Amino acid sequence: MKFLHARILTVIYLCLSAPFAFALSWSGLPAKDTGSYVSPFYEDNERCFKCHGQGKYKYSNDQLGTEINALMCTERITKREEFYISNHRSFGCTDCHSTDYGTFPHPGELRMELKYNCLDCHGGDDKYSSFNFETIDSDYRESIHFRLEEDGFTCWKCHNPHTYKISIRDSKNLKETILYDNAICLNCHSDFSRFQLLSDRDEINLMETHEWLPDQTNHFRNVRCIECHTRINDSLLVSHMVLSKDKAVKLCNECHSQNSMLMSTLYKFQSKEQRQDGFFNGIILNQSYVIGANRNEYLNILSIVIFAFVILIICVHIYFRLSGKAK
Amino acid sequence: MYLYPVWVRLWHLVNALLILVLIVTGVSMQYTDQKEYILVVGFARAVKWHNISAVFLTFNYIFFVMGNIFTKNGRFYKIRKENFLKDLGKQLRYYSLGMFKGEKHPFPVNPDQKFNPLQKLSYVLAMYVALPLIIISGFGLLFPEIVISGLFGISGIILTDILHITMGFFLSVFLVIHIYTCTLGARPSSLFRGIITGYHEPDDHIV
Repeated sequence: MKFLHARILTVIYLCLSAPFAFALSWSGLPAKDTGSYVSPFYEDNERCFKCHGQGKYKYSNDQLGTEINALMCTERITKREEFYISNHRSFGCTDCHSTDYGTFPHPGELRMELKYNCLDCHGGDDKYSSFNFETIDSDYRESIHFRLEEDGFTCWKCHNPHTYKISIRDSKNLKETILYDNAICLNCHSDFSRFQLLSDRDEINLMETHEWLPDQTNHFRNVRCIECHTRINDSLLVSHMVLSKDKAVKLCNECHSQNSMLMSTLYKFQSKEQRQDGFFNGIILNQSYVIGANRNEYLNILSIVIFAFVILIICVHIYFRLSGKAK
Repeated sequence: MYLYPVWVRLWHLVNALLILVLIVTGVSMQYTDQKEYILVVGFARAVKWHNISAVFLTFNYIFFVMGNIFTKNGRFYKIRKENFLKDLGKQLRYYSLGMFKGEKHPFPVNPDQKFNPLQKLSYVLAMYVALPLIIISGFGLLFPEIVISGLFGISGIILTDILHITMGFFLSVFLVIHIYTCTLGARPSSLFRGIITGYHEPDDHIV
């Protein structure tokens, strides 16, 4: 009997696997090779990176005639390996920063240097029209973050100009994108020392505030914070209208349904690029599995047919029983 | 004829209630949408009650298996190879033709033969194949970290879920057929009364 059970189990597994093996064989989006990039400003940038590229730097104290080893402030460190795979990797440091930084010690007034924001370069430029920077800006102006602009909130709080890279379009592995994008939020929201720079609120324990969420770890690994905490904008790939916590998505079936919201958020880009037939919202299956959203339409039809057939047989049986009694 | 001991009736009652809750909540999880329909409870509530019922069902199943191991009830579930297909054919013929012609039941119920061959096969498949598979796959979905990452390039969690919902579907179909065949006793209510009181009402047309 045990042998029979094992065989039945194997047959069921194989029968169920086979029809979907083909449908699930999508191999993902191609990743761009950024590792081999050589910046035309590499030599120039090295003048900055030799001090700002790592935690330790060295300078000569001419008065004492000695070489001093010092620690670089963490806020002022940009790692070469992160910069040269970022969106701004083709830039020279002095494209954005003053050439006066070429002198050491740096002049004190440079601390007051006016910083660019995204629209200063990307606004009104046809080259970047596909990114809809103007719409991003108008969404941002309605977001909860915009209220903090007087306290110093800028685009750079989320999009570090030295390291930021757009991930949702390029990522071969969506899990990495989710990790990367959530790290942007957690950078402030799970680091109270940074959080208190912009808010007078007490420290927030994200695990506690999300305690209501079933299977919390799985959700945190498989969706981004912005899936629930932003309002969807159809003309943007990534919504920038961050909502207050009371307006965040809390209804499970917003995602766990045939009209899953995830298709307009996390899987928006992929759903335009690739389709996967057989399953509702099948594109999600390449990376994850969402109960309720990933029904298989063929199994749905088959189950209805089998159920209807059983009911029909029962009705016919009842009919003959009743007509038999009538005799 | 006293046929159903107290522990069997108790197990059956708890099993029936839990299976009903699991079907309603399972269907809710599978089909909950932006709109909510009749018999489909909200997703969050469905997840909660599905998980709770599943844990109780697992304990109830262990109770059933133990009961069958340590009492004589287990013998009713033993399928013998001799004349198995022939007996199955006899029973099928009786259900589809014989009972309408007034023929006698080919396998009348007695203390040594509680189930006819068709019942025996369907109960063994439901209790010893479908239920263990649905419990194991259910725990896989409850604790996704224990599920294999993939098989033949397909995510393990998808396979586990498909196995789970397929078994759930088969058990739902089994339930419908089971309830219907239970109306085939001496009177339509006889077998239902039997599983409550423990006494079987004999009749030539008993299932």
